[in-house]
Amino acid sequence: MTVSDVDQQTRTTDNPQALAARCTALEERLDRLEASQPDDKVAIVVFSGDLDKVLASFVIATGAAALGQEVSMFFTFWGLNVLKKQSKLDGKNLFEKMMAMMSPASSKELPVSQMNYFGVGAKMLRKMMADKNVASLEEMIEMSQEMGVKMLACEMSRDVMGISDEELISGLEPAGVAAFLGESLRSRTNLFI
Amino acid sequence: MSEVLFDDELDARGLNCPMPLVKARKQIGALDPGKVLKIVSTDRGSIKDFQGWAKIAANIELLAQETETEDDHDLFLHYVKRVN
Repeated sequence: MTVSDVDQQTRTTDNPQALAARCTALEERLDRLEASQPDDKVAIVVFSGDLDKVLASFVIATGAAALGQEVSMFFTFWGLNVLKKQSKLDGKNLFEKMMAMMSPASSKELPVSQMNYFGVGAKMLRKMMADKNVASLEEMIEMSQEMGVKMLACEMSRDVMGISDEELISGLEPAGVAAFLGESLRSRTNLFI
Repeated sequence: MSEVLFDDELDARGLNCPMPLVKARKQIGALDPGKVLKIVSTDRGSIKDFQGWAKIAANIELLAQETETEDDHDLFLHYVKRVN
């Protein structure tokens, strides 16, 4: 029986049984609504491998974690470069080798999205941040892991780009789009950076 | 001077966003419910940040915020109570 059916009955009959049925229907509806409420979660897609954009992602992630939110970061495409600790050419095919040689070998080599000037811009930004006592990207990554931020690495783009597990930092979970959606659909905040 | 009583203190001088929050969160986690943490920050953004934290998190309460002057710069004081 739907709420409006019950509603109709209550109005027309005015008997206690109909009222009880109405209560039950409303409770069921409330249960359904509560079950579809988002949790205290934040989901972030890190698509970019630009230092400035990645920094923004990690400031939000660590900030949200500090506020008691459960945070998931999903790294895909250029975002995978953030998670690299080294670059290894062994076992890669020609295109994968070219890709690896043209990509940053670790988070320390990420370029900035504007005014990079062959890496000078990125070095300058890092120096300016250190002078102002802002945590470095590497410190923020470590901090995020300490605070329990979930880091998911897109398995498909990792495979396409030929990035092996041993090139990546530890503590990552391989994941696909459904794993991300599983988190994002239950999150109050979703960002694509 | 402040009238607010506190049990523990965090010196976040010189730290920038999001570090005062991150450190405060860590330190208050080590306190028992009912205890108060005083945070000393030089980051003026921390005023709104700590208000935001209190608004979102159910387990803390922002008791007071004050501004003091030390030498030639401002200090921002936050008193955060762990509720549960």
